[in-house]
Amino acid sequence: MSWVFAILLVLLLAAGCFFILVGSLGLVKLSEFFKRLHAPTKASTLGVGCVLAASLGYHALAGTDPQPRELLITAFLFITAPISAHLMAKAALSLHMAERPPQPGTDPADDTNREAS
Amino acid sequence: MTPQALVGYAIVAAMHLVGLSMLMALYRMLRGPTLPDRILALDTLFVAAIAQLMLFGMYLDTPVYFEAALIIAMLGFVGTVVLSKYVLRRDIVE
Repeated sequence: MSWVFAILLVLLLAAGCFFILVGSLGLVKLSEFFKRLHAPTKASTLGVGCVLAASLGYHALAGTDPQPRELLITAFLFITAPISAHLMAKAALSLHMAERPPQPGTDPADDTNREAS
Repeated sequence: MTPQALVGYAIVAAMHLVGLSMLMALYRMLRGPTLPDRILALDTLFVAAIAQLMLFGMYLDTPVYFEAALIIAMLGFVGTVVLSKYVLRRDIVE
């Protein structure tokens, strides 16, 4: 393993850990569910993709696992993450019907009237 | 310092960081004010567990943890879908 590949692996690992950490930090720090939904479903998926790419390169260079099988997990996660995020958003919408924001295109004057009354 | 040692240190540091993010997801799952929050935290925990397992496989220089990570990915997706369906319809098998 040469220095070039080692530094490339370290950079991939650093990017992966950064994105996973940002996803979890957003999950803890953001204020409401629909804001929290953004952080893990996008950032953590990208981060785990970086970590899987690093694992692929490590095992290929070390000779322990020549086939790129980690791509299976990456493809599966990248396909399923938007589906699960969509289902979670639908579940949350069905629970918080009263807090749903006004739809775009409707008159904002209606909202001010409703808040005043 | 050899390149292998550099990558080894990076793997150990990455395992610590992913463990920290798993702890944060666990905090949200235990505290989370609403049910979708807990489902989301469980999904994040599954994703972080996959990363942690692959890092552990790199740390031990063995590819055997790949199958476990694949199974966690599949069961995590099915679990998230089933829990969301339960919240939506109060029924899993329709």
